[in-house]
Amino acid sequence: MNLTRKDVESIAHLARLALTEQELGELAATLTRIITFVEQLNAADTSKVEPMAHPLSGQSQRLRADEVTERDEHERFQKNAPLVEAGLYLVPKVIE
Amino acid sequence: MHTLSVSELAAGLRSRRFSSEELTRALLARIARHNGALNAFLTVTEEQALAAARRADQTLKAGGGGPLTGIPLAHKDIFCTDGIRTTCGSRILDNFVAPYDATVAQRLKDAGVVLLGKTNMDEFAMGSSNETSFYGPVRNPWDVTRVPGGSSGGSAAAVAARLVPIATGTDTGGSIRQPAALTGITGLKPTYGRVSRYGMIAFASSLDQAGVLTPSAADAAVVLAAMAGFDPRDSTSVDEPVPDYAALIEKPLKGLRIGLLREFFDGLDDTVAKLIHAAIDVLRAQGATTREVSLPHLPLSVPTYYVVAPAECSSNLSRFDGVRFGYRCEKPRDLLDLYKRSRGEGFGAEVKRRIMTGTYVLSAGYYDAYYLKAQKVRQLISDDFRHAFEEVDVLIGPTSPTPAFALGAKVDDPITMYLNDIYTIGANLAGLPAISVPCGFVGALPVGMQIIGPVFSEARLLNAAHRYQLETDWHKRIPRGYE
Amino acid sequence: MMEWETVIGLEIHAQLATRSKIFSGSSTAYGAPPNTQANLVDLGYPGVLPVLNGAALRMAIKFGLATGANIARRSVFARKNYFYPDLPKGYQISQYERPVVEDGTLEIVLDDGSRKTIGITRAHLEEDAGKSLHDVVKGLSGIDLNRAGVPLLEIVSEPDMRSAKEAIAYMKKVHTLVRYLEICDGNMQEGSFRCDANVSVRPLGQQKLGTRAELKNLNSFRFVEKAINHEVERQIEILRSGGTVVQETRLYDPDRDETRSMRSKEEANDYRYFPDPDLLPVVIEEALIEAVRRTLPELPDDKARRYVGDYGLSEYDAGVLTASRELGDYYEAVVKALGGEAKLSANWVMGDLAGALNREGLEIGASKLDAQTLAGLLRRIQDSTISGKIAKEVFEAMWTEGKDADAIIESRGLRQITDSSAIERAIEAVMAANPAQLADYRAGKEKLFGFFVGQVMKATQGKANPAQLNELLRQKLKG
Repeated sequence: MNLTRKDVESIAHLARLALTEQELGELAATLTRIITFVEQLNAADTSKVEPMAHPLSGQSQRLRADEVTERDEHERFQKNAPLVEAGLYLVPKVIE
Repeated sequence: MHTLSVSELAAGLRSRRFSSEELTRALLARIARHNGALNAFLTVTEEQALAAARRADQTLKAGGGGPLTGIPLAHKDIFCTDGIRTTCGSRILDNFVAPYDATVAQRLKDAGVVLLGKTNMDEFAMGSSNETSFYGPVRNPWDVTRVPGGSSGGSAAAVAARLVPIATGTDTGGSIRQPAALTGITGLKPTYGRVSRYGMIAFASSLDQAGVLTPSAADAAVVLAAMAGFDPRDSTSVDEPVPDYAALIEKPLKGLRIGLLREFFDGLDDTVAKLIHAAIDVLRAQGATTREVSLPHLPLSVPTYYVVAPAECSSNLSRFDGVRFGYRCEKPRDLLDLYKRSRGEGFGAEVKRRIMTGTYVLSAGYYDAYYLKAQKVRQLISDDFRHAFEEVDVLIGPTSPTPAFALGAKVDDPITMYLNDIYTIGANLAGLPAISVPCGFVGALPVGMQIIGPVFSEARLLNAAHRYQLETDWHKRIPRGYE
Repeated sequence: MMEWETVIGLEIHAQLATRSKIFSGSSTAYGAPPNTQANLVDLGYPGVLPVLNGAALRMAIKFGLATGANIARRSVFARKNYFYPDLPKGYQISQYERPVVEDGTLEIVLDDGSRKTIGITRAHLEEDAGKSLHDVVKGLSGIDLNRAGVPLLEIVSEPDMRSAKEAIAYMKKVHTLVRYLEICDGNMQEGSFRCDANVSVRPLGQQKLGTRAELKNLNSFRFVEKAINHEVERQIEILRSGGTVVQETRLYDPDRDETRSMRSKEEANDYRYFPDPDLLPVVIEEALIEAVRRTLPELPDDKARRYVGDYGLSEYDAGVLTASRELGDYYEAVVKALGGEAKLSANWVMGDLAGALNREGLEIGASKLDAQTLAGLLRRIQDSTISGKIAKEVFEAMWTEGKDADAIIESRGLRQITDSSAIERAIEAVMAANPAQLADYRAGKEKLFGFFVGQVMKATQGKANPAQLNELLRQKLKG
């Protein structure tokens, strides 16, 4: 699989990563190498194999009791926030 | 004091030969002296450490406390620590102060440890050399021109240089075992689900597991007992009793069935292979038996990992968007610009590479060919291990193909870098416990032997490692300049 | 001229009535100040992990059982990846390949009284996103994550509906059902019950589906109807003029009564679903399903059938009275208190009571008269203490004064006159006062009977027992 610069641009858009011209060029080459490397997997016959999503996939998800255990700590949590006003996280205008 | 084991330190504190405050001051002084050369610590929590040491001394004076009360420790900077900067080695979290303790940090705090600080690491634990850290590489105390391994390189270097007797680590593809091997200490990665992941910043959720780096297996046994156990806040934490590991390590090895992994020895560097075989002889001399075992799909573990881990990481790292915490770019033009530049400027090259790889393998049209295929091969690898453990109790091989390599030697070539993890990744894919134990030197550089066991066999791994360490002193060797 | 067929499928998001969120212990209460109900898990803080709320799972199973669906024995949570400020983790935990519920059905009644079965493709659990508030500070949006992590059941129908009316009937049916099951409060103003519609048109007779548009923001029954009708017209217009419909998401704007394209949502369409590695597969044991089954109430359709069968109500009346569980309970309590009189009770519950509730915008649960009190009034009709006509006056007085029927009847002296001698005296007085009319009547002008009834009623302030009056009057007039 050969990834073009255009492929890299569209992946970078999906991943919301701003990349420099240099990074774009390098990534086209590096990702091509990585993808070619992982294509070794095609050598394995997996026609009768179920995918393994998780080492514990044989176990069952535990259920939590429906109880409110949390209190309001937004002031403490928002100390890490870049921009806050009246308890709201601020971002450039969201256009729908 | 800095050369004493955890149990010796505990005995010293209990008999009041020294206080926790004295011990803490001594180690803080060592950190101040050596960290400039090693870059192992990102944050040193001197004041909190001294306060915690004094509290521990009070507890001990009153006859209370446990085996870890008053003993200093460092956390890999991937564990959230309440009120303490937690960077994950990344610019994107440069200003991040965690508002809570990871379960691991909480449990060790409850056990009375004294936190000295947070250790350097590859950015978001993505790396095998500690060179991807935003804060610069950690240097190997055995040779400062070489890497300490990664991603828990700061923890490994700090313990190897005896700046701290215990450091926590995390292991997604070998990030505890490989740096332990490259710095001549013991590193244990427990069974997936043995130790809570709550508060441990996620890299690849189905592979990440917290563990410990210490000079010896006996030390690791004490620490693991305090870290491990069911956590209701982690859905992937297993509700399984925690054995008294320290009490089980002395058991004789007679009858232990060791499997020698053919795939691990094929093409292995001669000098490393010789050391592993010599180590196995030590175990055999104690009554263990060996046989060759083959895991035919194991050679596919690296490509499997480099699909699964990036896929999960691409999603796990989406939360770093410059909105609620972490780095935000200057003067974003609009929302898209805020996202793209905050992330583009906040993440380093290797993290971006993995996010890009992961985004690609999950994207429409490629999911089946890469992600689903990798999950299937993961199942084959896991089955290989399961079959092997029907015939043997543990599998033994090298931890890393080579001793520590030079700084900068592999940074430009991701594939070569990824292949460093060829022996360690299998245990992560299958969720198995594994330990790396120092087993000799190639020149001045330490080499590690890896012991892998079936799920929840930590006691057996620690037992085998400890019996080996009773017969050898590789784990007691200290790099020159740090004695 | 070509005839067109409309094809509609609905995606309904029902907020599940849990106390805490689907993956955290934060409260789900509505209307709290911004971000005061968003904990570390809801904020997507580094290192935190989700744990599934068992109540949310049980509610999903309950819905599945009530729609005759298959309950997955093994259900999986997946991540839906996209960036949006109200989505803290950059992914929504949802379900993709193995939802809890698959292949259910609901029956709707059409205008002509015929019934139609609508397929439910699936219903899956997922977490809600937060809210963006615009221009909090000029040019900036503010993010409130209180709603982030609130449990939703997304109910996806088959494209089985052929008109906006059918879509509404189905949506109302789901709305009734989730409230019956007590898994959702159905409050549309607060966003507890939301609807998106997939709408397409095709030439009548064509098998292949047309290109669909997804309509968002249909948050009242009225909007759904208007938006769908509007969208159908728009698509037919495009096709008629030789154009092609574009597959896209369109937002309904109730102020302008139009839909407009949401291109911003389109570009991020590659959601990269994969199983969430922080959550294990949910194994749903038979025992859990049976335990949930035991909590199922009588379902609306079963209840309506019972009303028709046992109470002899019309299908229409039965449908009205089972529109909510509370209304049915109220109605049955009235019937029980009266020991019968199912039709009389139905008429009063659907008539005067519903009118009074409607007038004041109250739900049945907030009625000023409880079932026992209303039954007290109907009992006085039953035992002829008052007439049906007087009862209406008594009802209004009960409603405004908050007193029971007997108190009103006594204080206002509304008790019916059943003493025949008293009625006879009143008749005789009327006859004496109207000799001309009496002569006419006796000469054969029998239509005047009504005149005499009216006069006697007037004289007794309407309290004469009508049946007795009729009989006595007829005798007296004969002479």
